[in-house]
Amino acid sequence: MSIGQTFLGLLEAGPRHGYDLKRAYDERFSHTRPLHFGQVYATLSRLLKNGLVEIDAVEPGEGPERKRYAITAAGVTDVQQWLSQPERPDLYLQNTLYTKVVLALLTGRAAADLLDIQRAEHLRVMRELTRRKAGGDLADQLICDHALFHLEADLRWLELTAARLDDLAGKVRA
Amino acid sequence: MTVEPLLVADQLTKSFGPTTALERASLQILAGEVVAVMGPSGSGKSTLLHCLAGIVAPDSGQVRYQGRDIGAMSDTARSALRRGEFGFVFQFGQLVPELTCLENVALPLRLNRLGRRAAERRAAEWLERLEVAEVSGKRPGEVSGGQGQRVAVARALVTAPKVIFADEPTGALDSLNGERVMRLLTDAARQTHAAVVLVTHEARVAAYSDREVVVRDGRTTGMERSGVAA
Repeated sequence: MSIGQTFLGLLEAGPRHGYDLKRAYDERFSHTRPLHFGQVYATLSRLLKNGLVEIDAVEPGEGPERKRYAITAAGVTDVQQWLSQPERPDLYLQNTLYTKVVLALLTGRAAADLLDIQRAEHLRVMRELTRRKAGGDLADQLICDHALFHLEADLRWLELTAARLDDLAGKVRA
Repeated sequence: MTVEPLLVADQLTKSFGPTTALERASLQILAGEVVAVMGPSGSGKSTLLHCLAGIVAPDSGQVRYQGRDIGAMSDTARSALRRGEFGFVFQFGQLVPELTCLENVALPLRLNRLGRRAAERRAAEWLERLEVAEVSGKRPGEVSGGQGQRVAVARALVTAPKVIFADEPTGALDSLNGERVMRLLTDAARQTHAAVVLVTHEARVAAYSDREVVVRDGRTTGMERSGVAA
């Protein structure tokens, strides 16, 4: 995900300090993997250099001065462009699971076991997400649903591959 | 420490004509746990559920409920077991169309000879709990699919069963309604310490379970669990 454009989007509602931006970002978009301060300030200085944000105010603090950032007109245009462009759907054409299945078949190992182990792991993560959803707010529910639908798609692929293993083994070993 | 399972399927085999539906399928269910039975269409998962619930008799193998062999029971005893200890939810609610939703939920209690007023009072409590109190006076044909399925869940839970058998309970619902049914079903089961045997081919539905068992070509896999007496 583009941290820069997400920051710009957050700044559209009003100017913020770097720390506030990090907190808003973590709460809304990156619950499990909070941003490092280094990433926050590197992103802000890039946005500043490109004229997408400007320093709105500098306040003295106990330590270094606290800068408040505001979005510029160019920044608003940048967010607008980003939001109006579709994301390229990932194609997953060469994923690790596929490679593992083929390698298992090539080396005479039990590919069905591999698929069973993977199914159990996918379901374990899906259970965690389902529990998190139950205790979460609407934002949490939407994020978890997105992950759950993707994992479900993986599982459907696992089932189909399991059903085709004999055919696949014949082709791979031919 | 080992825990005695509540319900055990031991080496079940079942054929319908030339088709083998189950082949030495085994399964153990502990009190209060939610187990998803997964597998592709035609893999034998519904037959396994029907055998576990005493609806279908296996050709060989044994089903034991609280240590008692269901196959050795008389028809009357088996029916009493199903009415008193088991609850059922199917893909299409299978509510009685001529009765109101309240009467549908009260029906299992009436069959167990509870008086009408007490049965309907308890049924009303369950409709409230399943967030469908507003449909109590309506007939099944007058309510939405999601509401009807929640009425069916209320009917399955009203007798305080020890085991709930749910066969594709969200199969006819959209994602949002399916999710609501699963949340209410599993929450209620966990609060009342009822076990749930949940047949589904949907992973998002299975994610409401504590563990899964996979049925493929009539055989079960994924039986590993600690704490169960052999």
